[in-house]
Amino acid sequence: MRRVKSWGPPLLLLAPSILVIAVFVYGLIAVNVNTSLTDNHTAAQANGVAPISFVGVQNYLDLLASPAFQHSLKNLVLYTVTFLVGTLLIGFVWAWLLERPIRGEGIFRSIYLFPMAVSFVASGVVWRWLLNSNQGEAASGLNRLFQIVGLDVLQNPWWNNITWGIAAIALPAIWQLSGYVMALFLAGFRGIPDELREAGRIDGASEWQVYRHVIFPQLTPVLLSALIIIGHMSLKSFDLIMSISRPSNYQTKVPAVDMYVFKSSYDFASSAAVGAILLIIVAVLIVPYLIHNARKDSGR
Amino acid sequence: MTATAPVAPAELVAARDRRPAPPRSRYSWPRTLRYLALLAGLVIVMIPVYVLVVTSFKTGGDATPSQAWSLPTTWTADNWVLAWDALSPALGRSMQIVVPAAIISAFLGSMNGFVLSRWGFRGADLVFTLILFGMFIPYQAVMIPLNQLMLNLQVPSGVPTLILLHIVYGIPITTLIFRNYYASIPHELIEAARMDGAGMLRTYASVVLPISLPSFVVVLIWQFTSAWNDFLFAVFFSTANTGPVTLALNNLANGAQLQNYGASMAGALLASLPTLVVYIILGKYFVGGLMSGSVKG
Repeated sequence: MRRVKSWGPPLLLLAPSILVIAVFVYGLIAVNVNTSLTDNHTAAQANGVAPISFVGVQNYLDLLASPAFQHSLKNLVLYTVTFLVGTLLIGFVWAWLLERPIRGEGIFRSIYLFPMAVSFVASGVVWRWLLNSNQGEAASGLNRLFQIVGLDVLQNPWWNNITWGIAAIALPAIWQLSGYVMALFLAGFRGIPDELREAGRIDGASEWQVYRHVIFPQLTPVLLSALIIIGHMSLKSFDLIMSISRPSNYQTKVPAVDMYVFKSSYDFASSAAVGAILLIIVAVLIVPYLIHNARKDSGR
Repeated sequence: MTATAPVAPAELVAARDRRPAPPRSRYSWPRTLRYLALLAGLVIVMIPVYVLVVTSFKTGGDATPSQAWSLPTTWTADNWVLAWDALSPALGRSMQIVVPAAIISAFLGSMNGFVLSRWGFRGADLVFTLILFGMFIPYQAVMIPLNQLMLNLQVPSGVPTLILLHIVYGIPITTLIFRNYYASIPHELIEAARMDGAGMLRTYASVVLPISLPSFVVVLIWQFTSAWNDFLFAVFFSTANTGPVTLALNNLANGAQLQNYGASMAGALLASLPTLVVYIILGKYFVGGLMSGSVKG
């Protein structure tokens, strides 16, 4: 047992951070939940001029019953599924292609990964142009490119489609983060000892069987990490939607955008409730993962 | 044996001719196919870059739908001048925000990481997990009271508030990266210092800090990039005249009624230059930060 059971000095170093996290994360979450349980819907109340009263979970019930917010939740699901499937699929295939040494590997890796360094706002500028909804004569962006290469049938209104529009905004997100997922999977592939492959081969397995039964199962933890990271990014998505579409556009709204719109109109209670709902959705995903990691850590 | 692997016949024959039963290349993806697939990926990833660069040099007359994908007939720097005029003050403010925020949150993360990984106390794992949760929360869930708190603390909106917020919400990730790094350094190093009678603070300052450089580079790059690219806090806590470059760029691109794509795209490139330069020069460390971001593999 090397551990020192003393509280003094460690706390001295940790104290500033613990205090700050306690206030800015847990304290503010509590205050936010409190606000979400009031009828603080007007500028006068927000400025403390008019009285505020407790209304329980009424704001949550109102939100969940409203077709507009249901549309946001539906969009969030559609966006997240598109984003996850796209990044995991492309990232995995790229990693698989690069797994064995190949000339120019460094160049491929660097270029696949670079969009990650760019802000969502900057990539939104070019993707807004690429995803222009005009078709035919007036088409520019990807629709024009489809015409040039003779795939006119692929022309579509992109993010202006009321049902599927949000999935189009996942395309730039996929463009930006597939390289990241590739890097995760590549590290996973490289972490598998060669002996495992050899053992599979000696047992007479074909190369596909080695992948299917030996290599891929070893990548499950990487898949889990990628799912968690991309999933929680997706649930928080705001920047891309704001820069490609507009907050007032019904077809592309998600809860994070609703939160901003409510806040802008001084409806603090609804805004806080949307924030709390987002937190609950993210926590359902993250908390089991964090507990799982903490257990694994203390068990080593 | 042949039916299971996706192997082009010609490649298979060639491989057989050269070496009798080479155990590796016999089944692996044929090289040509791999290259074709990789090149296709390359082209698709570079399409937006082509559009950005080409459009940023186009004159208004060239920016018509029919010439959307062609090179400019006359190259002009006007868009770049326009974008620079619109963004340069905000670029300066972004630097003022990002540099101190990255440095301070790196030091806090280093202290936390050291204590949590190497000077264990009862409950250290719980404290770490509670800190780590702060990395994953949607900031929407604290935004309303955070706004009120900043007013109450009388932190001026714009640069000072954004420095503070990037430090505070940077603590979880910097703590995580340093904790993982310190967990990998040899026990003996710290034990030796302890034997010599050094207390925790002395051990940290004289033994741990000097060997932390690689982690500092990773953390500084990570914090620099994420704070530079932040838009959410910028929207809630600054205005076009007090905010960072992401906000100014969004105003340039979406503010006007008639969209000037040439200037917007020049602006997008300008706003991305600092992080791209960091990525190109220090790419290795950038990837290191990405990996640490995955909590644990």
